[in-house]
This record gives sequence, structure tokens and C-alpha cells, in this order.
Amino acid sequence: MTDDTSEAAAKRIRAAHQFISALPHCRALSMTVESVGEGEAAISMPWAADLVGDPLTGVIHGGAVSALMDTTGGAAVLSHPTAPIATATMDLRIDYMRAATPHQTITARAVCHHVTRSVAFVRAEAFDEDTDKGPVAVANGAFTLERARAK
Amino acid sequence: MKTPEPVQVVKQRRDSALRGLIDGVPYIKFLNITFDRRGDELTGVLHYDPKLIGNPALPALHGGVTAAFLEVTAIVTLSWSMLWDDLEAGRLEPEGLTHDALPRLPKTIDFSVDYLRAGLPRDAYARARLNRSGRRYASVHVEGWQDNRERLFAQATGHFLMPQRTDPDG
Repeated sequence: MTDDTSEAAAKRIRAAHQFISALPHCRALSMTVESVGEGEAAISMPWAADLVGDPLTGVIHGGAVSALMDTTGGAAVLSHPTAPIATATMDLRIDYMRAATPHQTITARAVCHHVTRSVAFVRAEAFDEDTDKGPVAVANGAFTLERARAK
Repeated sequence: MKTPEPVQVVKQRRDSALRGLIDGVPYIKFLNITFDRRGDELTGVLHYDPKLIGNPALPALHGGVTAAFLEVTAIVTLSWSMLWDDLEAGRLEPEGLTHDALPRLPKTIDFSVDYLRAGLPRDAYARARLNRSGRRYASVHVEGWQDNRERLFAQATGHFLMPQRTDPDG
């Protein structure tokens, strides 16, 4: 992260959290903003019985991980220092490296590593609580960027 | 000559096998996805609910919901095609088909979603095409639409690891 006062960081987390809790599907998945930096975001999602994709193992469905990655990517874009006012996912590719351990919270970290006037490029990783086992999934995405109209 | 099976017997067998495949998966229920069946062709139906909204300003479906819907449709269509031959040849007993009795579900290796337009706050439909379905790996393309079949709101391609099959006779 770049030079940053803790006050500014706290303000960004509050703003991001407000943003996330206004999104019905993020509420339905109990997503929580963990941190927000300049063009970076981390959001967590607790394990829930509703989200299980394989009833024999209790492993969360890949689709729920997609929703978390997508949200975190969007949050990273909106927190970019060039201050976009809106974003939408254009393309998101997810690689599933391993099954997430049942009953563990999944946390996604996204970095908006490049922006043009109208496109933002994002990388993201999702971990369960066994961080030493490496990510559960990684993602790459392109997001649309809407900027405040220049005068 | 063999008499053809009565139509209700055929339907009952196929529908109960399909139910067995879907019913046990909590996440499919959570998103309220059902499947329409015409012969062996499946169409996924995502029933609209306000909790599926990602952007309340538009409002639009959450991109993650769209991805999940397409992924569920891909996995169910893939599993269904795996089951079909055994089911029709009478090697699978459709009654009481539960997840304990069924082969394991395919695992997603990667999934790439192309968002073409915002998902509107109403039902969505999806159909998957198996571009390659081998013993070990499968490649599946899925198309999602809402009002017009020709105007897709999203499409996706994914690769899947097939479950190791056990000989149904052995």
C-alpha cells in the first residue's frame, strides 16, 4: 500500500462496507469488507450450509466463490485512486486450484493492477483459513470503468 | 418385437433421475435453479429473487449469480449426460437415486464468463453444450439469456475434471 493515514484507510473501509451492504446478494452471502487500499480490496465470506455444492463433502460451490471474487474485483476497481464512479464485470476467469475446506471462511484479495480510460484489469486470489495450502482459486478479470464526466 | 415402454414410465424414470441429481445440492436450492427437460436436453431456469441483485441502482443481477447459474447449468448438464446411457440401458435404478448412489459430480477446473449485458431483474435461462466430454476432462460452453434466446446476457466456457467411474455392473 502507498502512503496512507490510518484515518483515510478506516474511511475507505467504511465506504466500501456501506457499498457492499447495499448489494442484496452480498448481504445474502454475508460478505464482509476486511480491508481496502488504493486499487485493492479484501472481502471475506463465511462458510454456510446453503452454499454447499457437493453434499457428500460439504465443500462450498464454485459459484459462491465466483460471487466473492466478482465482488472483491469490483471493490478493487472502485477504490482505484483515479476514482471511477461505476464499474461492471466484462469478463472473469476463475481457476479452481483446490476444494475449500468445509466450515472455513473464504477471503478474496483483489488488485486492480491497470486501468485505462474505460477498462480496469483485475487479479484476485481466494484463500480459506489454511493459508499455507495456497489459494483455493485465482481469478483474472476485465471490468468496465465509468468516470465522472470531465468539464 | 419388443413393445415400446409406456410414455409415463420413460418420463418418470428420467425425471426422478434428474431430481436425484439436483435435489441434494444446497447451493442449487439457495439460488432457486430448476431444470426443464425435453428428452435429454436440459434448460436451466434461474428463478428471480431480490436477493440475486448485485447492483440495486440499475437493478441488475449480481455478476457472481450469473457465473454461478452458468456453472451449475454446465455441471448438471455434464452429469446428466454421464448418467443418461446407464439410465436408459437400465443399469441405474432411478427410484431413490440420491447423492450417495450417484457418481460424484464433475469438478470445475476453470470457468471463464463473458458478460454481454446486464442481467435484468427477472428469470434467466441457460443451456450448455458439451464441446468435449472425455473420460477424464470435459470442455463445456454455456449460454444464458432472458427475454430473447438470440440476445445472450452472458456466456461461459469451462473445463471440468470428470469423476472416476465405477463399473455399474461390478
